[in-house]
Order: sequence, then C-alpha cells, then structure tokens
Amino acid sequence: MELLVASAVGIMTAAGVYLVLRARTFPVVLGLALMTYAVNVFLFAMGRLTVNLPPVLTADAAGYTDPLPQALVLTAIVISFGMTAVVVVMALRAYLESDTDHVDLAPSEPVEKADRP
Amino acid sequence: MNHWIILPILLPALVAPMLVLAVRHDVVLARIFSVASTVLLLALAVGLLVTASAGEPQVYALGHWPPPFGIVLVLDRLSALMLLLTALLALWVLLFAIDGADVRGRHFHALFQLQLMGINGAFLTGDLFNLFVFFEVLLIASYGLMVHGGGAARLRAGVQYVAVNLVGSSLFLIAVGLIYGVTGTLNMADLAAKVPMVPPGDQALLQTGALLLLLVFAVKAALVPVQFWLPGTYALAPAPVAALFAIMTKVGAYAILRVHGLIFGEGMGEAAHLVQDWLLPAALVTLATGMTGVLAARSLGQMVSFAVIGSMGTVMIPVALYTHQTLAAGLYYLVHSTLAAGALFLLVGLVAERRSGLGDRLVVAPAFAQSGLIAAFFFLAALAMAGLPPLSGFVGKLLILDAVRDGEAAAWIWTCILVTSFLAIIGFARGGSTLFWKSAAQEGRLGMEQGADSGALSFVAVGGLLAGLLLWTALAGQVTPYLEATAGQLLDRGGYVDTVLETPGKVIEEKGHGAH
Repeated sequence: MELLVASAVGIMTAAGVYLVLRARTFPVVLGLALMTYAVNVFLFAMGRLTVNLPPVLTADAAGYTDPLPQALVLTAIVISFGMTAVVVVMALRAYLESDTDHVDLAPSEPVEKADRP
Repeated sequence: MNHWIILPILLPALVAPMLVLAVRHDVVLARIFSVASTVLLLALAVGLLVTASAGEPQVYALGHWPPPFGIVLVLDRLSALMLLLTALLALWVLLFAIDGADVRGRHFHALFQLQLMGINGAFLTGDLFNLFVFFEVLLIASYGLMVHGGGAARLRAGVQYVAVNLVGSSLFLIAVGLIYGVTGTLNMADLAAKVPMVPPGDQALLQTGALLLLLVFAVKAALVPVQFWLPGTYALAPAPVAALFAIMTKVGAYAILRVHGLIFGEGMGEAAHLVQDWLLPAALVTLATGMTGVLAARSLGQMVSFAVIGSMGTVMIPVALYTHQTLAAGLYYLVHSTLAAGALFLLVGLVAERRSGLGDRLVVAPAFAQSGLIAAFFFLAALAMAGLPPLSGFVGKLLILDAVRDGEAAAWIWTCILVTSFLAIIGFARGGSTLFWKSAAQEGRLGMEQGADSGALSFVAVGGLLAGLLLWTALAGQVTPYLEATAGQLLDRGGYVDTVLETPGKVIEEKGHGAH
C-alpha cells in the first residue's frame, strides 16, 4: 500500500509540474488541479496509512487512525476547489480580453503597454 | 481571556459580507462602512498595542479549547506592531481608493475588508495550519483586488500571479504535512517544544518541511530566486491595491521571523539555525537585484516594484542574523519601508492617470496637471526609499549597519547596503528628472486619462503616508525601547512556549475552583 500511495503522489506531482510549465491556461489549470490532488493524498498519508481502524482511541480498539490530517485534507480540498474556480474564471477573462492563452507575460508585449484605467 | 484579540479578524469578516449583501448598489454607503470599519481597526490596533506592551504574550484559545488541541491566537509585541502598521496603511490607501478608483470595478470594498481580515489573521495566529488558511484568505482577496478595473494586461498578470501562488500553497501544504507527520502537532509553541526532541532518523523529513516553508514564505516576501512574480504583479495592479500589497511582502517576512525564528532557531537540536545559511545570501542578492532593477526600470511602477524587492532584501538581513540589536533595527526599517512603498505606489497611480496615453512610462513628455505638487511628494518618498537623510530610510539603514558591525558578514552587508543605496539614488533621480524636470521644458500639456477623477483626497492620502514617515523619523528615539522589547520577546522562546501552553489551562482550573 505504501508503494501504491507514494507512487501515486509522485506521478501526480510530476504530471502537475509538467503541465504547469506548459504555460498555456488550460494545461496550467489541469496541472494545478493534479498538484492539489497529489498534495491532498500526501497530507492524508501523513497521518500514517491504516486500514479499518476507528478515528478515536477507545479502550477496546487495537489502534486508531489519526483524524487530524483528515480534517486538514477537508479544508485543503475546499480551498483548492475554490481556487480552481477562481483561476478558471480569471483565465477565461484574460483569454477573452487579450486573445492569447499564454500564462507568461510574453516579451513581445512589453509590460508598459498596459492600459491603465 | 482577552476577547479583544479576535476582533481585528471578526470585524472585517462581518463587514465584508454586509458590503456584498446589503449595500452593493450604494457606493456612498459602502465607502462609509468601509472607512468606518478601517478606522475601528486602527483604534483596535492601538488598543492591542497598548495591551501587548504591558508584558507577556497574550493567548486567545478559540472555543476555549486548551492548546495544543485547539487553535490559538497569540498577541505579542510583534503582532500588535504589525496590526497597527496594517491598519494605518489600509486607512490611507482606502482614502485614496474612495477618490474614484473603487468604482472602476465591483466589490472593491468587500475584497479590501477580506484582505485585511486575512492579513490580521496571519499576524495573530499561533497555529501553522491556521496560518495557511489565513494566507489563502488574503490571497483570494488579493486575486480579486489585483484585477480590479480589468484590462487585458492586468488580467494576464493576474492569472500569472494566481498560478504562482497556487503552486506556493501546494508547497505550504506539503511542508505542513511533513512537519505534522514528524512531530504530531501544528501549534507553533508546541512545535517549538517538540522539535528539539525529534529523533535523528526523522530529521531529514523535518528539515525538508522547514526549508519548504522557507521557500513558501520567500515567495510571499519576494526573496531571490522567487522574486520574479512581483514586478509584473505590482506594476500592473491598480495603484491603491499595489500600495496595500506593500504590507503583503511583510507578511512573508513576518512568517519567516515567527516560524523559523521560534521553531527552527537557537537551541532546537539538530534543526537549529537551519535557514540562516540560506537566508543571509538570499537577502543580500535580493537587495542587489532589486536596486539594480530600479536602474533598469522602464516605467515608474516597475521602478517602485523593484525598490520594494530591494527593501525586502534589507528587511531580511536582520531577520537572517536574528540577534537582539539587528531585530530591533530590522523592525524599524520594516515599518519605514511599508509606508514608503505605499506612498510611492499611490504616486505612481497619480502620475499614470495624469499622462493620457503614456501612463507611468519613463519617457520625456510635456507637463501634466499638478506636476509640481506630485514632484514634491515623489521627492520626499524617493528620499525615504533610497535611504537618504533626513528621513527614516536613512535612520533605518544606519541602525542596521550599526547592528551588524561586529558580525562575521559585516563587510558583505556594509558593501551591499551602501552600494545599493547609491544605485537607488541614481535610479530614482533618473525617474524623477525624466518625469518632472525635463517635462518642464516641453511644449504643450498632457491631458488626463479618461475617467480619471481623483481630487484632493488622493493627495491627502499620499500626504498622510508621508507624514507617517516623517513621524516615524522624528519618533525614532521614542519607539526604540518598544522595538528592543519586541526583539527581546522574539528571542525569549521559552517564555513564548510557556505562556501559550500553560495560560489557558490555568484559567480553566481557576474557573473550576470558582464553581465549587
């Protein structure tokens, strides 16, 4: 199980980093989503991997699974979900206004051409 | 328990939804509520500063859960100082914004209040995961503020800013996970108690977590090599938003000061002084990069952005050394650089909207409206930022130079600070003479940007920030005892841990006795 979880985290992170470095909005959004998945699984695993154990310590329980990382993951999922929505909306607006979906500020368009309102 | 401690978070958190739900169609009412809330925040911050200067850190256990099981807020001298600085900057920036900039997009005031909530929370929290949550709160608000008013270039810079910070957030979570996996706690005081006991086998994981945290905070503080996002973002953000962002880089510096100073500092076993070796060179390179950028900038906004990077380098030098004297000097400079950067960004906005078609580009062009007054303000603010006498930038740099005099790296630090100050002087002199001096010899006159309607209030706001700088210079002697006590409190790690881990327990016990 350790190998499975560890390789899942590793592969998702690698894919996420690769996609983010593509520097076009759609791959970047997908890459960020993959990275947050990897982070969530990683956080979950930091409470140690256990199967079929209760999240509380009772007198007759053989052991317990740490509930705190699960609570942390829940918060992280909510935040990353909201963030993904924000970045999708902003990427869409940026694409519609500038007719390009490059995330980096390309050198052909110097910064000072900005239209300051 | 002192319930005033949580109010700097609660107040903007309550005002923001009210601004969205109740008064979103009424600009005047929204402005009144926003300003009133910020004034109250300022009053609260002053009150908390007085409370904090009485002595020990004060602990607020949320839901009365005793630490380390519940989340705690901790008010000490440093967080009180940062709260006051935030409220002061926010008030002047808001006055600037209600002079027209806030109606160029929607929900400016709600986002502004949420931003303040996030910043205040980050300064108050005593829990690592809670710090992450408040970072996210202030970031989400800043994404909205950054693209306020729209425009293609600004939106593209906004997407880039969001992407960089989302990667940063992922790294933050990985670091938090590593540290929790090794120590089993996320309360900062509890971490400081447990980190020295981490067995050698787990040190690699713990130190990886600590260094990842440093990287995340360095992104916020714009330290080299992760400073690249700042010039594009700050130069393209609306003027009042860029001015408010002057405090955001300080949130990164504060987090490094708090987390790495407390948890990975002196006496923490194998993890002690983990980041010092990295931080000092990074700070020096940041300083050099920033001030070189000032020389190379092609617009006034870029120039101020690079100056902010340079000043962050100066702020981080004392943080890296982490001694009593350097910390006091660093805190003095931190307050100064926040006010100076805020004033300069507001001035960039004033210049840009008065030069129709040119914006803040550094090209010689005919004179524009009120260029005399703006030039005078720019002169003062640039003096302060470059660190020339008589303003606080000079005093701050002098204090830092004096504090590092006996250290090993003194020669490096002295050379770096003195040479970069010279570069900054040249850069700002070039910018000022291009924009104000040479324009006087040109024929004709530049018109206002379409929709620009800023009046006297904008000048009051810039003047207020500059008056703050003058006051900070004049009161340098009076504030030094407070700053030195703050430095003392930061170095007294045992005191912090004892206060946080024991006080609420005592309170519960006393209550229990009272009931019998």
